[in-house]
Amino acid sequence: MGHIKGLKCRECGREYPIEPVYVCEFCFGPLEVAYDYRSIAGVLDRKKIESRGKNLWRYRELLPVDGAPQVGLSSGYTPLLKADNLARVLGIDELYIKDDTVVHPTLSFKDRVVSVALTKAKEFGFDTVACASTGNLAHSVSAHGARAGFKRFIFIPASLEASKIVASLVYEPNLIAVDGNYDDVNRLCSEVANKYRWAFVNINIRPFYAEGSKTLGFEIIEQLGWKAPDHVVVPCASGSLLTKVWKSFKEFRDIGIIGDLQTRVFAAQATGCSPITAAIKQGTDLIRPVKPDTVAKSLAIGNPADGFYATQVVKETAGAGEDVSDREIIEAIKLLARTEGVFAETAGGVTLAAAKKLIETGKLSRKGSTVICITGNGLKTQEALQGHTMSPHHIKPSLASFEEVLKQINQGR
Amino acid sequence: MPVKVRIPTPLQRLTQGKEEVEGTPGTVMDLVTDLDKRYPGIAERISENGKIRRFVNIYVNDEDIRFLSAEGTTVKDGDEVSIVPAIAGGASGMSQPSDVI
Repeated sequence: MGHIKGLKCRECGREYPIEPVYVCEFCFGPLEVAYDYRSIAGVLDRKKIESRGKNLWRYRELLPVDGAPQVGLSSGYTPLLKADNLARVLGIDELYIKDDTVVHPTLSFKDRVVSVALTKAKEFGFDTVACASTGNLAHSVSAHGARAGFKRFIFIPASLEASKIVASLVYEPNLIAVDGNYDDVNRLCSEVANKYRWAFVNINIRPFYAEGSKTLGFEIIEQLGWKAPDHVVVPCASGSLLTKVWKSFKEFRDIGIIGDLQTRVFAAQATGCSPITAAIKQGTDLIRPVKPDTVAKSLAIGNPADGFYATQVVKETAGAGEDVSDREIIEAIKLLARTEGVFAETAGGVTLAAAKKLIETGKLSRKGSTVICITGNGLKTQEALQGHTMSPHHIKPSLASFEEVLKQINQGR
Repeated sequence: MPVKVRIPTPLQRLTQGKEEVEGTPGTVMDLVTDLDKRYPGIAERISENGKIRRFVNIYVNDEDIRFLSAEGTTVKDGDEVSIVPAIAGGASGMSQPSDVI
């Protein structure tokens, strides 16, 4: 399609051809895909996007692929729910939930990035895809990779609970349980990626993979009636999603899809792993690595690769960052479920709880439109709610027994 | 006992393949300047305008200098200095590739 210029180092600007590389050879900075926005502006407009299928590939000119989409043809275009019940509770004007609890096929936003990564892996001619993960990414690579006909290697720490790996194992990837902790798994994966010609989605395919996150932002703007929200709250693990959501808003402005862009971007983390929001609160761009200790395991990255860039986005847009406790996370999961009927994983609890705190402290205005990004499904992290939900009413199989309980319920007991 | 400096694989071309070289005591920037005299080119790869590049981590005795005195951190005889590209992996300490979970 010819809209991609190449890869470019985010730090020193050195340019590279489109290849499965991710680090600048000169200054060790991360590489990013560079597009020819002028040529994209000439071929992409609202009408063209609206004429296409309701999946993430409707924005394909702004994704780093050369040919036709090959993976994730049903992924993306998730609902943007107008959340009036929750808005009332939070006391704000206009609230929306971007509901990525229902991305096809594995119910988290990782299906977006993996769709792009595996399409790119096909274009590069790889026959094997791989990742280091324990959760959402492992599920998505296992599932998308199965349908796309790749050999799959998923690396996990051996100490992981069995319940967490069933949702990957069912797709029958090669699941490699490494005798060691996350650090050891990651180090090993870097070595494996250097030695074998495999597509590691979050290592050598990362510049392409990360671009898939932009589709979340494109959809928000389209679903709001082709306008950007006044505020957007995004959870941070590596900080990549937040950075890419902002990039997507700017791209839509730069190619003329929207006119005005005044969005403030807010970062959400768990207190037990908050290197990014801690830096934002302290007004520094120096990310101090932490050892994660939080119920929100899908956000537990102690040394976030895009942390610096995430702090820059928040600063540039006059946003803010907030962190929340495990208790606040659980309460927010329940609040979202009982007001809007959406069951989010722990990361969603982090995002809503942080939004609530930002509203209460006046950092996020009650006026204007706010979008909260819910990035994964609660059915995946049910153990987090153990002991925190209501109990069922136990009765005998008789009408009398039922009516006794009904009386109690009606009396509000 | 001189300062021990560990060189990452991508920079070993500049050190004639040596994984470990000797450095002189002083600040971290002094050390980099001195290394550049013996191994020309190394300074511009890991620093710019007197600052260590953002995606290069330098550890003195396993502690990241960002949490000591940054470029002004003092290095003494017998200390061990590691130069580690942040994203390219191989760091001691915290995990590196992102989106691992």
